[in-house]
Amino acid sequence: MLEIRNLHASVDGHEILRGLDLTVRPGEVHSIMGPNGSGKSTLAQVLAGRESYQVTEGRVLFDGRDLLEMPPEQRACEGVFLAFQYPIEIPGVGTQYFLKTALNAVRKYRGLPPLDALEFLRVLKEKMELVEMEDRLLVRAVNEGFSGGEKKRNEILQMAVLEPRLAILDETDSGLDIDALRIVANGVNRLRHPDRAIIVITHYQRLLEYIVPDYVHVLMDGRIVRSGTRELALQLEARGYAGIEVPGEPATLAGAGR
Amino acid sequence: MTSAAGIDSFVADYAGLRADRPGTEPGWLGRLRRDAMDRFRALGFPTTRHEEWRSTNVARIARTAFVPAPRVEAAAAADRLREPLFASAARLVFVNGHFSPDLSVYGRALPGVELEEMATLLGEAPDRLERVLGRHAEYHDEAFTALNTAFFEAGAFVRISAGTVVDDPIHLVFFASPGERPVMTHPRTLVVLEPRSRARIVESYIGLDEGTYFCNAVSEFVVGAGAVLDHYTVQQESEQAFHVGNLVIRQADQSRVTSASFALGGSLVRNHVNAVLAGEGAEAHLNGLFMLRGTQHVDNHLRVDHIRPRGSSREVYRGILDDEARGVFTGRIVVHPEAQKTDAKQTNRNLLLSERAQIDTKPQLEIRADDVKCTHGATVGQIDPDALFYLRARGIDERSARSILIRAFARESIEPVDVGALRDWLEGILASRFPETSEAGDPM
Repeated sequence: MLEIRNLHASVDGHEILRGLDLTVRPGEVHSIMGPNGSGKSTLAQVLAGRESYQVTEGRVLFDGRDLLEMPPEQRACEGVFLAFQYPIEIPGVGTQYFLKTALNAVRKYRGLPPLDALEFLRVLKEKMELVEMEDRLLVRAVNEGFSGGEKKRNEILQMAVLEPRLAILDETDSGLDIDALRIVANGVNRLRHPDRAIIVITHYQRLLEYIVPDYVHVLMDGRIVRSGTRELALQLEARGYAGIEVPGEPATLAGAGR
Repeated sequence: MTSAAGIDSFVADYAGLRADRPGTEPGWLGRLRRDAMDRFRALGFPTTRHEEWRSTNVARIARTAFVPAPRVEAAAAADRLREPLFASAARLVFVNGHFSPDLSVYGRALPGVELEEMATLLGEAPDRLERVLGRHAEYHDEAFTALNTAFFEAGAFVRISAGTVVDDPIHLVFFASPGERPVMTHPRTLVVLEPRSRARIVESYIGLDEGTYFCNAVSEFVVGAGAVLDHYTVQQESEQAFHVGNLVIRQADQSRVTSASFALGGSLVRNHVNAVLAGEGAEAHLNGLFMLRGTQHVDNHLRVDHIRPRGSSREVYRGILDDEARGVFTGRIVVHPEAQKTDAKQTNRNLLLSERAQIDTKPQLEIRADDVKCTHGATVGQIDPDALFYLRARGIDERSARSILIRAFARESIEPVDVGALRDWLEGILASRFPETSEAGDPM
């Protein structure tokens, strides 16, 4: 489904990703872990099509098609979804209106007729239960005045509404208390599906207790330096990123993994 | 430099007008007009060396030889004429400065309301105007107001008697249908709200065809003690039009005024708004939205005078500027020595859609009392790239995403409009200028 080969990306002339390889198949859940500054969020933004990141080398195929050629909206319509680490507040744009506009844009791309107000509301109600989202948030502007937990739940709600094929969760656990974490993780788990892949980007292993990954990758210095199963995450939890050997690079990141 | 030729053409027009109708107006009005014309001659058109006109050059108006606008057959474009009209308690419609009885809803008895078309009133009972007309729209230092005072014929006189409440809007519509030669009109509006009355007034200035013309409007509002005025000015002149609007609102004790300006059209536009809080505890809300494109130039020139204690004023103007448009916002708040406990706040927010668009924003506080609260703030920004990316990352195409963000910005000015049909009309204009592709077949 997703094939990343030798991906190099820079922001403001600084190279952040330095030859990243990753393959994700339908139905799989991959976790990407790594210390601060290793390039986790850059990877997420590059996959979603953020224009301030320049891809200097390598390629990304999504279902065999060149993902990097597509503008962000086309990637979303093709089924790539990024749950933002810092969801944006958009004053003046109602949450419900935003969700409906997004869903109908995606449906149009997929050749489906737009949902009318009533049909949309039915879909929305069903998805809201998934993330235990309160009705009152729907009449507010997108993320405006939302708590940290509400913003993250709103991200998962959008994912549920848009039904992507590849979801990238960028530090969805950051800033969440244990109850909010459980709700968000539960929402994600209910969206697991044999046709849908999920990439969970996280700094801590804690989230992986709730969203159990099939694979765990360690991203350091812009490359994936170790790949393994769930056990790798536990090992990181115990010993930190300092214990990871970076092939061909001095281990300069001691202590970065707390 | 003042263009003498420009003044001459106006002076000649004035002489022609007087010659046409000798002796039809009462002495006080003749004196008022002559005095105003004398002032205009002495002042000439303002230049950019004039402090209040530094950012707006009206040489193009001074250079053009305008003639008084001819009467045109209104029915010819009836559909287009009807589009900006909506259900109202009463409506006076003018085309090229001439009253159009066919398009007006007029004469239906509204208890406690006097509604008169200005030219008819001047012909039949001018003395009813003597004590109010020209009392508030100062022309001694204002060339355009002087010009209007010398020339005006068309317009409206509205008086709401004490304690009367009129919920439905009274709509004053000034259409322009320019012809071969540049024409000018000088609409005049005078509204008196007696104590404890309430009314909604909408003034619309709308160009029907392309062509050069000059609309020089003056509106005076006298708001009595405890009265409530809800007022809107919609300006959608043609692309080559010049529009100068002078609005003066004088407020007595405990009166409450909301006046919103929507500046959408015109080539060169000056909106002067002056709220005079002459009574204790008066409250003024001045809101504005200007949406410019092409090479439009719109100058919003506001002044709030706090004269008596415990007044409050709120000014919120939003600008959306595209292409090479240029906007000006000057907001002067004058707190006079007696106006203790004044609470004044001014905000000007601007969204630039193009690198060549320009906004000059300038607050001016003049505070001569010591116990007051006065704040002002201005912002100039572009579409937030983070918000744009967020929308696109959800599948919304770039153009629609931009439209959504621009409309959200504008809607903050449109949402408070308390006349449903006007709000819908403004929303419609917003939607046509900033379309979203998803809207096709999906109205909501």
